[in-house]
Amino acid sequence: MRTSITRRTFLKGSLAVAGLTIGVSVTPFDHRLLNASEIDSFSPNAFFKITPDNKIAIFVANSEMGQGVLTALSMIIADELEADWKQVQVHQAPARDEYKNPLLGAQIVGGSTSVRGFYEPLRKAGAAGRAMLINAAASTWKAPEDECKAFMGRVKHEKSGRTLTYGQLCLEAAKLQVPQEPPLKNEKEFRYIGKPMPRVDVPEKVSGKAVYGLDVTIKDLHYAVIARPPAYGAKPLSYDEKGAGQIKGVQKVFPVPMGIAVCAKSTSAALKGRDALKVKWDKGVLPDMDSDYIEKSLMEDLNKPAKSVVNTGDVRKAISEANKKIEATYYVPYVAHATMEPMNCTAYVGNDRCEVWAPTQAQTDAQAAASKLSGLPKEKVNIHTTFMGCGLGRRLAPDFVSEAVTISKAVGKPVKLMWTREEDIKYDVFRAPGSHRIEAGLDAQGQLIGWSHKLVSPSIGGVKDGIDFFCLWGLADALDSPMWNNRIQYEIPNLSIEFLISSLPPPVSFWRSVQNGPNAFVIESFIDELAHAAGKDPLEFRLQSLKNNMRARRVLETVAEKAGWGKAIPKGEGRGIAQHACFGTWTAQVAEISVNNKDGTIKVHRIVAAVDCGPVVNPDPLIAQIEGGIINSLSTALKEEVKFADGGVKSSNFDNYPIIRMSEVPEIEVHIVKSTEKMGGIGEVGVPAAAPAVANAFFNATGVRIRRIPLSPKTVMDALKKV
Amino acid sequence: MISLRVNGKNYRVDVPDDTPLLWVIRDYLKLTGTKYGCGIGECGACTVHIDGKAERSCSIPVKEVQGRKILTIEGLSENHPVKKAWIKEQVVQCGYCQPGVIMQVAALLSQRPALNADQIITKMDDVICRCGTYPRIKKGIKTAIQMTEKEVKKS
Repeated sequence: MRTSITRRTFLKGSLAVAGLTIGVSVTPFDHRLLNASEIDSFSPNAFFKITPDNKIAIFVANSEMGQGVLTALSMIIADELEADWKQVQVHQAPARDEYKNPLLGAQIVGGSTSVRGFYEPLRKAGAAGRAMLINAAASTWKAPEDECKAFMGRVKHEKSGRTLTYGQLCLEAAKLQVPQEPPLKNEKEFRYIGKPMPRVDVPEKVSGKAVYGLDVTIKDLHYAVIARPPAYGAKPLSYDEKGAGQIKGVQKVFPVPMGIAVCAKSTSAALKGRDALKVKWDKGVLPDMDSDYIEKSLMEDLNKPAKSVVNTGDVRKAISEANKKIEATYYVPYVAHATMEPMNCTAYVGNDRCEVWAPTQAQTDAQAAASKLSGLPKEKVNIHTTFMGCGLGRRLAPDFVSEAVTISKAVGKPVKLMWTREEDIKYDVFRAPGSHRIEAGLDAQGQLIGWSHKLVSPSIGGVKDGIDFFCLWGLADALDSPMWNNRIQYEIPNLSIEFLISSLPPPVSFWRSVQNGPNAFVIESFIDELAHAAGKDPLEFRLQSLKNNMRARRVLETVAEKAGWGKAIPKGEGRGIAQHACFGTWTAQVAEISVNNKDGTIKVHRIVAAVDCGPVVNPDPLIAQIEGGIINSLSTALKEEVKFADGGVKSSNFDNYPIIRMSEVPEIEVHIVKSTEKMGGIGEVGVPAAAPAVANAFFNATGVRIRRIPLSPKTVMDALKKV
Repeated sequence: MISLRVNGKNYRVDVPDDTPLLWVIRDYLKLTGTKYGCGIGECGACTVHIDGKAERSCSIPVKEVQGRKILTIEGLSENHPVKKAWIKEQVVQCGYCQPGVIMQVAALLSQRPALNADQIITKMDDVICRCGTYPRIKKGIKTAIQMTEKEVKKS
């Protein structure tokens, strides 16, 4: 993915080098040598600052996009620092090397790495502060350090009962050496970690005062929109620049790499100006491409030779000699992110600096893009990360930043670039579609002995030797690291996985859980087919191929018990199970549904989920993340599919790209399995198991297997009619 | 010139009559709590109250609401039971849709005769939350009703 940096270099960078010597200020906004008299705060690293007014400012590297990261990461520091939560103020950090996630080597929110990546470094960062404050108090009192204890924002001398607040101690502490291996708390001493803490961003979001990307208001702000091609690769043949210029408020109309930009004094003037452009476009690179073309192309590509990714045992032999052989093809379509806040960015490119206000998940990439296009060095590019209306992986791409910087540079003004909802859907970098062909063999005891899997998908950008490991996540993990563990969990003695890149034009990118979502739908549906073929209960069949996978077994057994697996259910209803491990976390889900066989609608009544993610920092937002992931997944299982026509995207807005709504959402129960294993990811792990659990419940209810999502009313009716 | 009364304050704005109310509220009045989500009244992120009723500000030409009482999320009291319930139940994730959701729930809550939680929930299918906070919106609605009932009892 990215050049990884070790934890050691990270700590060296953020703690040691940055803040060691006396008088080097390393607040995130300032990095210069100070005279001792200039010290006005205590900031032993880039993550927090204590000032004499007894306030503690915590700087969170990761974008807050609803996952509660501002709170979770602050809790870790505050706990080890032994701060009083009431004195803590949380800030979103700027783009800087110190804020790169040690697991990724970049300042981005992705791969469900925020908490697990920063957990240990931030504990150390906080503990270093605590040790220095204790040290400062001990020297003030001329008392031995071990007689002084930190407690809720104060240091107390236990013998004499004297106390000093962190505010009173901070300037003395700032003169001390930063310890490299400060003593960490015993987990039993945790004050905040593991307790449900209210999220710090909720009150301002409820009040309406939270500033999202689109809400940025600065002096002399101009508003820009871009007229974009209706078909992939289409070029403008003509447009009415004069007509657009005549719209009141329109300032400038000019071509940009992505289309034609209209810059105006207000959003509505920019939109009207764009309408007046009446652009005529050529037909683009593949004018015949529509939804059928795409599906046909991907399914036909399954007949082409592919690259071998995994080849253990002898899969051909195992399947040919198997007692039972089962074969199926699956298809998963393009899905849009459709974040509630469409893409946007505000930029100002001045002579000597570039300011960017962006709802971005990827400060490192946003800064690099803005630097390149503004022509200014990285140090002169300030990324102000705003709140963002959902991330889902869409905001990892810096395309909207590039556009705003390009337009601001051209007009010499601060510019807010906005995408309309229609643009947001049509010019999305989608979740990649995929076609799958799987063959498997069962022995006489119904044990899975061979699995041959071919996947065709457009590339998400993780290509090495013709294999895109992002596309394979959930099936095979080319990184082969326990940190990701995005591979098929079943113990299959003869396993072959092959991959082929499709060259379809629609661009693809990361969508919550990446291809763990689509691939889990396929794997877990097919496992259900195998269980049925073996005449075994789907839970039992799974467990018999997970003999040594204790974490997978535990989530399956937990979810089965909590959901009442095996209990009778009313006629017309169905129950399905699925498990999936990814991002270092194990999950399982059970879905209960009913099917209306007159109109083909599926009603999901209940989802029960079990999650083993190791230690937990903030339990309530963690459960909210699982709930949200499940609901995203149900939306893709039942409704979402981007439609294409005439070489471009046909879907355009929520009236024709439906998203799951309130009455379609089931009761959701999330059970967090107590675990002392290594901390895993959370943000994305709710997604994979929900869609196959529903598809398996559909089979359980109807006896019909649907090998394609979404299970829309039409797809369901067509499938039921065939029987 | 268009005259508007928003959150109890009078404004005069120089915009074309057909400008959607949403953009006037956001770009001219700088009340950015009201969000743009779809522009076609499908998602509810732009919901405001017009004479006490929840309406989609993206689909209303500003001319139509001259002289009418407009309330945005910023004008809804911080002590409003829906706002309090939303904090208590930690409903919000990214929060972008929530001003619209809160305004819609607040309007439904003030309906007379009073609606119960299930009746309100069935009227929430015209808002979209992409983060998937729907289960907590349901909880929030129930809590807001309890809070309202308590306040009524107190007074």
